[in-house]
Amino acid sequence: MATSKRTTMAVDAAKATTQKLYKSGVDIKGELFRAVLLLSIIVAVGMLGSLIAYVIWRGWDRLDWNLFVNNPSSIFLDTAGFAPAIVGTIYVMLGVLVTVVPIGVSAAIYLEEYADRTRWYNRLVEVNIQNLAAVPSIVFGILGLAFVVRGWLNLGFVAFAGSLTLAMMVLPTVIIASREAIRAVPPLIRQASYGLGATRWQTIRHNVLPAATPGIITGTILAMSRAIGETAPLLLVGATTFVLFTPESPFEGAYSAIPVQIFQWAARPQDEFRILAAAGAIVLLVLLLAMNSVAIWIRARLTKDT
Amino acid sequence: MTPKKKGSSAKEQDPAMVRVDRSADAGKVDQSTPLVPIIRTEDLSVSYGDFQAVEDVNLDFGKNEITALIGPSGCGKSTVLRSLNRMNDLIPTARVSGSVHYHGADLYSEKIDPIQVRRHIGMVFQKPNPFPKSIYDNIAYGPRVTDMKVDNMDDHVEQTLRRAALWDEVKDKLKNSAIGLSGGQQQRLCIARAIATNPDVLLMDEPCSALDPVATLRIEELMIELRENYSIIIVTHNMQQAARVSDRTAFFTVSIDEDSGDRTGRLVEFGATSHIFIDPSDKRTEDYISGRFG
Repeated sequence: MATSKRTTMAVDAAKATTQKLYKSGVDIKGELFRAVLLLSIIVAVGMLGSLIAYVIWRGWDRLDWNLFVNNPSSIFLDTAGFAPAIVGTIYVMLGVLVTVVPIGVSAAIYLEEYADRTRWYNRLVEVNIQNLAAVPSIVFGILGLAFVVRGWLNLGFVAFAGSLTLAMMVLPTVIIASREAIRAVPPLIRQASYGLGATRWQTIRHNVLPAATPGIITGTILAMSRAIGETAPLLLVGATTFVLFTPESPFEGAYSAIPVQIFQWAARPQDEFRILAAAGAIVLLVLLLAMNSVAIWIRARLTKDT
Repeated sequence: MTPKKKGSSAKEQDPAMVRVDRSADAGKVDQSTPLVPIIRTEDLSVSYGDFQAVEDVNLDFGKNEITALIGPSGCGKSTVLRSLNRMNDLIPTARVSGSVHYHGADLYSEKIDPIQVRRHIGMVFQKPNPFPKSIYDNIAYGPRVTDMKVDNMDDHVEQTLRRAALWDEVKDKLKNSAIGLSGGQQQRLCIARAIATNPDVLLMDEPCSALDPVATLRIEELMIELRENYSIIIVTHNMQQAARVSDRTAFFTVSIDEDSGDRTGRLVEFGATSHIFIDPSDKRTEDYISGRFG
């Protein structure tokens, strides 16, 4: 059967269209961009990875039981341990957790749900919270020394004084993250609750807070991670570099903290102390990972329910 | 434009606007049924900041009737609906003048607790908004927060779901999250949730606009069933829907001030749905209904 001219044209046109659908060469800009992104990730992860690898390589030999149960010593270099600093850090962090979460979340609820933003004092508070997050940690150390260790609270050089000082430092982080989480709760959910005759508090308690909890936990993880590694403010509020006994409680006795102890040992000339410092860094990392894992686990459980 | 004071509306009303004589018009399908009002608005005006959203609304909402509020976007029909159970209070800039009478009380009087108002006048929203909780907890939420006396919550949840014609579909998964339901089921759950506190008025703000036609039909059937026990006020963009379900219809439009260019919502005409849709008194209603504008 002979093909008419018309049919040939139609077939050609269709072929031309099909041709356009095929890939034409490599998208150079796109590939280049992807390479840059990949490189950034490699640099970031590579730096972190090599740091961790170095610390583990240096400290591995001293990662023994003595590290966890023995007190620091400048005589028995091979068996000196971190026991008081580990206990001190746990005390300090528990103190931060129990103070920063209720205060931070309450402040966030007030700012998001109650504060009238047309009032100057509420705007002042908002601006100041943003600024507080950027204040150097040493300033909080001085503040803690003046008002927590001495001054108003007069707690003395105890672990809880360190907790309050660090809590002041990370409070803005918790407030800002909690506000974001509260703001992200859909207005429709609030309206539904109010529409059923719920009061403001009932709406917050039964709907806003449960929905915001995962975000609040994320903010708390960030805040705690920052607090656990802090050294400078703790030095000012009494975390002594050389404590031979574990503190009796968060409220009495001299205390130390892992980063302070690492700082002290890393500065010494003997190689044994440097290794000990590296081992201490591993302990700190493990503690941090454990803390975050628990928080992520809690968050995952909460999100699964809804 | 400043909100007008109460009582000054008659003089300042647009002379071109023809008001329907309600005494002659009041009636259901046959225009003879007298209107027994459950809610009555008098010179109701609502503004948001400098923006006058709606002005001088005088409307009677009938007991055990379905009243539809229709009109083009921006005509203030949703604003009027939200002012009936003081949901506008949640918008800080909203100002309401005039009065809303309900059971002999002015809902905007100083002595009125807006929380209590919402316990009596329930609301269903445009987008289905179940709580991210179980189906059971969604229904139980209202009775719980309002300290309602319920002998047996399980029975109450079941009865409520039966009244909302949802029981058979969800009875085996009451503990499942409400988010897993289809859009139409979610909206019927929201209706069930709203009637769980035994309100006597239900406000519905475009309840079917996010639903497919089958789900819409089911909601409409449900509304007609609920009319036995509740008074329903519905805002809708769908004129077929207003014609299908409502007993009376209020038509709103946007009036544009020639000097300032301000847009303000106004009530144009109110009457039996059959009257509004077949023989409207106002030219603007006729134009809107026949699709010539809006």
